[in-house]
Amino acid sequence: MIGFDILEPYQFEFFRNAVIVSVLAGAVCGLIGVYVVLRGMSYIGHGLSHAVFGGAAAASVMGINYFLGAGLWGIASGLLIGRVARRRIIGADAAIGVVTTASFAIGLVLFAVYGQAHKSLEASLFGSVLGVGRGDIIAVLVVGLVTLLAVVLQYRPLLFATFDPDVAQVTGVPVARMEALLMTLLSLTVLVTMRVIGVLLISALLVTPAITARMLTKSFGRMLWLSPLIGSVTAFVGTNISYHTDWPTGATVILVGAVLFTVVFITSGAKGRRSVDGMDHHAEPSLRAA
Amino acid sequence: MTSLIDFVHVACGYGGSPVIDDVHLSIARGEFVGIVGPSGSGKTTLLRALLGTVKPVHGTVTREPNVRLAYVPQVETVDWNFPVTVGEVVLMTRTQRPWPGATKDELSQVEALLERLGLAGLAKRHIRELSGGQQQRVFLARALLQRPDLLVLDEPTSGVDVRTRHEILHVLTDLNEEGIGIVLTTHDLNGLAAHLPRLVCFNRTVIADGAPLAVLRPSFLERTYGAPMEVLEHGGMPVVVDGNLGDFSRRLKAKTAS
Ligand SMILES: Nc1ncnc2c1ncn2[C@@H]1O[C@H](COP(=O)(O)OP(=O)(O)O)[C@@H](O)[C@H]1O
Ligand SMILES: [Mg+2]
Repeated sequence: MIGFDILEPYQFEFFRNAVIVSVLAGAVCGLIGVYVVLRGMSYIGHGLSHAVFGGAAAASVMGINYFLGAGLWGIASGLLIGRVARRRIIGADAAIGVVTTASFAIGLVLFAVYGQAHKSLEASLFGSVLGVGRGDIIAVLVVGLVTLLAVVLQYRPLLFATFDPDVAQVTGVPVARMEALLMTLLSLTVLVTMRVIGVLLISALLVTPAITARMLTKSFGRMLWLSPLIGSVTAFVGTNISYHTDWPTGATVILVGAVLFTVVFITSGAKGRRSVDGMDHHAEPSLRAA
Repeated sequence: MTSLIDFVHVACGYGGSPVIDDVHLSIARGEFVGIVGPSGSGKTTLLRALLGTVKPVHGTVTREPNVRLAYVPQVETVDWNFPVTVGEVVLMTRTQRPWPGATKDELSQVEALLERLGLAGLAKRHIRELSGGQQQRVFLARALLQRPDLLVLDEPTSGVDVRTRHEILHVLTDLNEEGIGIVLTTHDLNGLAAHLPRLVCFNRTVIADGAPLAVLRPSFLERTYGAPMEVLEHGGMPVVVDGNLGDFSRRLKAKTAS
């Protein structure tokens, strides 16, 4: 590595685009990831990305615009999953698993049959920064701004509905509408970031920055800006490393995030670690019901 | 007497057979009502029906138009790992102003409320860094920020020590004197229920409703708890004790004697 030059890749437009889009993707995933983590929706994010892949494949084969085809499919499955999950029907998670993996399987079949003709499918599966164009940047930017706007303008209702849905309902918060809003934002986020990070890795980018931020703060407000910051720094570092090492970009970003998580986990002490341990519910054993 | 809340022939459930059935109950403005019953008897469900989060499958629950209800959940249902500070919890209820920044006015209201509930200076603490009584009072503060007509509390004293229980009862009495109606559930008969002006013995339905001396009677208690209980009187107050434990103690004594 003689003459290793950090700035070298920036002479290429494709790399500049890749950095922009992955930093934006890291930020928006980090932002919506706060709700994903605090609501215990990680498996929903995972399922959703698989469902969206089916939509993306179908759209691509039928020659429909990716964002239109996969978007409608993604939002529809997102709202459906949200409804099933909210009713807490026994076996709801199994049903979600069946539907989303079936959708993913449709995508894989279409990919096998038509994959040669539709290169973009490969990008959806594994993520690629090579094909990133102006359209992708605009798409992630728009979804990012919409998410930011929603999170700011509905800050208290979203917090209330996430922390304490029963009481929020009594207080007049439209809890079902807040959940639908979050599912729509999550679906849109998965949709626009999937081609950069890849279906198989997107759920990690939704969870890792948020959980790392959670260990660093005890305030919701602070977690809400810390997590997107961590997400975009992770994505920035990962994208740069991937250029020099020739590793796949999505995977490198996720690995950087995992390393950061580990460092914070080790250095934040028992207190921070306990905050991500969902099982340990009580500060005081004396509070347990008799 | 105008009632805030009226239950007429109410049944509610969660899909299967009703959990509460044939409930008649009315609560007037400014009342202080305790609901007692064993675990699983449907007390929380009754409160949910009162608040409107569970819809009756039979009968009707009528609320006075524009009545402001505030709910303090059982602390056991709170997610103590959630990253929120005391200040954030109290303010989240102000959804008329949905965005993050608090106004000066809001901040001073929160501060005054925390001060009044003995939580001054704790606004920046995480909710799990508090004692049991303080945690209970944070959720009380959140409810009070809405200036409710009726405050609904689920087991506000479950699992807290005697001193904390006194504190909570003290605060609630103050609030009631200011005209705020209070409905709470408890299974603490002697420590809490016996001190309230009105008690409802509840198990699936209303078994008795009235002043403690009228309600805390062996026949009602046995129907409520499904176990024999005796009632003594101490300074004009009913004191409930388990009945029929003589058998156990005789057997246990016989064991130590042998
Ligand atoms: N969300 C729920 N879904 C299904 N069943 C429930 C739910 N909540 C309570 N139940 C059932 O309703 C009954 C009454 O519960 P609850 O109202 O919580 O009683 P209590 O508060 O007196 O302990 C119990 O048998 C309980 O299992
Ligand atoms: Mg209960």
